[in-house]
Amino acid sequence: MSKQLQFKLVLLGESAVGKSSLVLRFVKDQFDDYRESTIGAAFLTQTVTLDDGTVVKFEIWDTAGQERYKSLAPMYYRNANCAVVVYDITQSASLEKARNWIRELQRQADPSIIIALCGNKSDLAARRQVSQEEAQKYAEEEGLMWAETSAKTGEGVSEIFTAIAKKLPTTAAPSSRAGAGGRTGAAGGRSGVDLNRQQNAVSTNEPCNC
Amino acid sequence: MDEEYDVVVLGTGLTECILSGLLSVEGKKVLHMDRNDYYGGDSASLNLTQLYRKFRPDQAPPAELGRDRDYAVDLVPKFIIASGELTKILVHTDVTRYLEFKQIAGSFVYREGKISKVPSTEMEAVRSPLMGLFEKRRAKKFFEFLQGWKDEDPATHQGVDLDKDSMKSVYEKFGLEPGTQDFIGHAMALYLDDDYITKPARPAYDRIVLYTSSMARYGKSPYIYPLYGLGELPQSFARLSAIYGGTYMLDKSIDEIVTDADGKVVGVRSGTETVKAKQVIGDPSYFGAGNSGGGKVHVVEEGKVIRAICILKHPIPGTEDSDSVQIIIPQNQVGRKNDIYIAMVSSTHNVCAKDVHVAIVSTIVETDKPEQEIAPGLQLLGPIYDKFVDVTPLYTPTSDGKADNIYITRSYDATSHFETVVEDVQDVWKRVVGKDLVLKKREVEVEQ
Repeated sequence: MSKQLQFKLVLLGESAVGKSSLVLRFVKDQFDDYRESTIGAAFLTQTVTLDDGTVVKFEIWDTAGQERYKSLAPMYYRNANCAVVVYDITQSASLEKARNWIRELQRQADPSIIIALCGNKSDLAARRQVSQEEAQKYAEEEGLMWAETSAKTGEGVSEIFTAIAKKLPTTAAPSSRAGAGGRTGAAGGRSGVDLNRQQNAVSTNEPCNC
Repeated sequence: MDEEYDVVVLGTGLTECILSGLLSVEGKKVLHMDRNDYYGGDSASLNLTQLYRKFRPDQAPPAELGRDRDYAVDLVPKFIIASGELTKILVHTDVTRYLEFKQIAGSFVYREGKISKVPSTEMEAVRSPLMGLFEKRRAKKFFEFLQGWKDEDPATHQGVDLDKDSMKSVYEKFGLEPGTQDFIGHAMALYLDDDYITKPARPAYDRIVLYTSSMARYGKSPYIYPLYGLGELPQSFARLSAIYGGTYMLDKSIDEIVTDADGKVVGVRSGTETVKAKQVIGDPSYFGAGNSGGGKVHVVEEGKVIRAICILKHPIPGTEDSDSVQIIIPQNQVGRKNDIYIAMVSSTHNVCAKDVHVAIVSTIVETDKPEQEIAPGLQLLGPIYDKFVDVTPLYTPTSDGKADNIYITRSYDATSHFETVVEDVQDVWKRVVGKDLVLKKREVEVEQ
C-alpha cells in the first residue's frame, strides 16, 4: 500500500500576481482570464504521486484577499509545511513584495518551511521586467526553490508543485492541523477532540455522571 | 477606500468576527477594521512582546520565559463549553477546519479551604469528598429527577413546575445542604452569584443540563479549548468572512463615525479617507468607551471585572498536576457576592513555553480594592512568577441601533464560557439583519 502524506501549503504574493490562478491551474487545470479577486475558494486540495508511489496531498490555503491591507492572520502561517511566494515577471515591484513576504515567512513560519519563489505570467515574456537571472540569484541566496510559471498556459505549474512534493519530508508525520486532515484521517495523529464527529451523537439527556 | 459597504465592522474581537463572518456568508459586503495590528481586540491572545507592550511598555520580556512566538496569552479567561452555542456555530460555519481543540483536563471547586475535583465519572463521584454519604444519595435523586424530566410527561415532574417554582424550593424538595447548593449552582450551573435561587428553576435546569451533557461529551471536563489560544477563534471567523468577500484592514485608526443631519450613520473616517456604510457594528471601544474615541458616547459602564494573568512555573497545587483547569471559588465560601474564577492553560495547548502555566484569576469587582478581592484565588496558585493585573469596565450599548444604524457589541463578561457572547451575536444579528439568526450548514468546499 502506498503511503499518503498531507501538507499545508500557503500562497503569498502581491495582489493580482496570479496566486489563485496558479492554484486553479494546478487543482482543476483551468484558467479564467477575468478572474475577480479571490472569493469563496480558499481551501483546495490536490495530490501529487511521487515516483516511489508516495502520495503527497497538498492542502492549499489561499490568502482570501487578506494580504491586501497587511491583515493576514498568524493562523495563516501556522504549521505551514510549504509556501509558494508568487511574483509577476512583468512587474518588478512584485518581486520586491515577494521579498517582503519571504522575510515575513522567515519571521513567522516554522523554520523548516520549504519556500518556492514563483515568477508567474511567463506567457507575457515580451513585457518582462524581472530577469530570470535576478530572481534565480536571489532564490539561491535565500535557499529557496525557484521557477517561472504561466497559470494561463499551464507551463511549469505542475512541475513546481511536484518539485515541492519531492522536497517535503516523507518520513516525519506532517502536521495535521487543519480539520480536513483530521476528519479524513489522512495523516498524522489528532490528539485533540473532533467537534464534527460527535455533534450528533449527544442528546441533551445524557446520563449524568455525578 | 472610497467604496460603499453594506456593513463596516470595527474591532476584531470574537463577537465582531463571528458577525462579519456570518454577514459575509449571507452576501453582505463587509469591511472589517481594527486599530490594532493584531486580530482579536479585547479577546485576543498575545505573544510576549505584545503582552509586555500592553501592560509594561517600558520593559522587555525576560529571556528566561523563552521564545516570543511560543506564547499566546489570552486576555479574557474563557473556555468553550462543549455542548454550547459557540460549538454549534463553529461546526455549522465549518471554521473547525482552521482550528484544533483539546479538552480542559479538569474542573475544580473550592470548599472549606481546599479544592476538589468536580466529579466527571461515577467512580469519581463515589470517592468525592465534596459530599457525605447521605448527601450523595440525596444529590443522586436530585440529578435523576433532572435527567428524567420531560416537559410533556407530568409523571416526571414530581409535582415541580420549573417555570413557577424557585430553584430554592427544588433544592429543599430534595433536602440538599447549602454546600451542595453552592456546588450545583456555581460549579455546574455556573452562576456567578446567588440571584438565581429565588427565581423560577427553568434556567438553572437548562444550565445544569448543558453542563452535564458537555461533561459527558468528551469525558474530563465540560470544556474544550483551541490550540494556540482563544485568539484563534476570531481569526478563523475573519478568514470565513474574507473567503466570502469581506475586506480586512488592521492597524487602521478609526477617527470618526460619520453621521448625517438625522444622526444616521453614513460612514467611517480613517485619517483623510472616509468609507460609506449603510450600517456600522463595533465593540464599545470605538464608541466612546473610556472616552477613547473622543466622539459621541454610545455606551454605559455596567460594572468592572478584575483579571490577573499569572505566569506560573508549575501546575496549580492540588489539581493532580493537570495541564489545564478551571477552579471555581463560590462566593459564599469566601464571603463575597460574586464567584472568583481561575482558568489555567499550558504548553499542552500551545499557548506558552514548556513547563510554564498561565492562570487567569478573575471576578466581578465589588470594592475599591479589587486586587485584594482576588487574593483567595491567587493564594491557590503557589509561587507566581509574574502577574499582569487589569481592571476592565464592562460596557453595554445605550441604544439598539434602530435610530442611527450603529450597533454596538458588549464587553466580554466574567462568565467562564462564550454563551453570553453568542447571545450578543444573536441579538446584534437580529437588529442588523431584521430576522433571527438561523444556522445553515454551508457547502463544503474541500475539493478532491
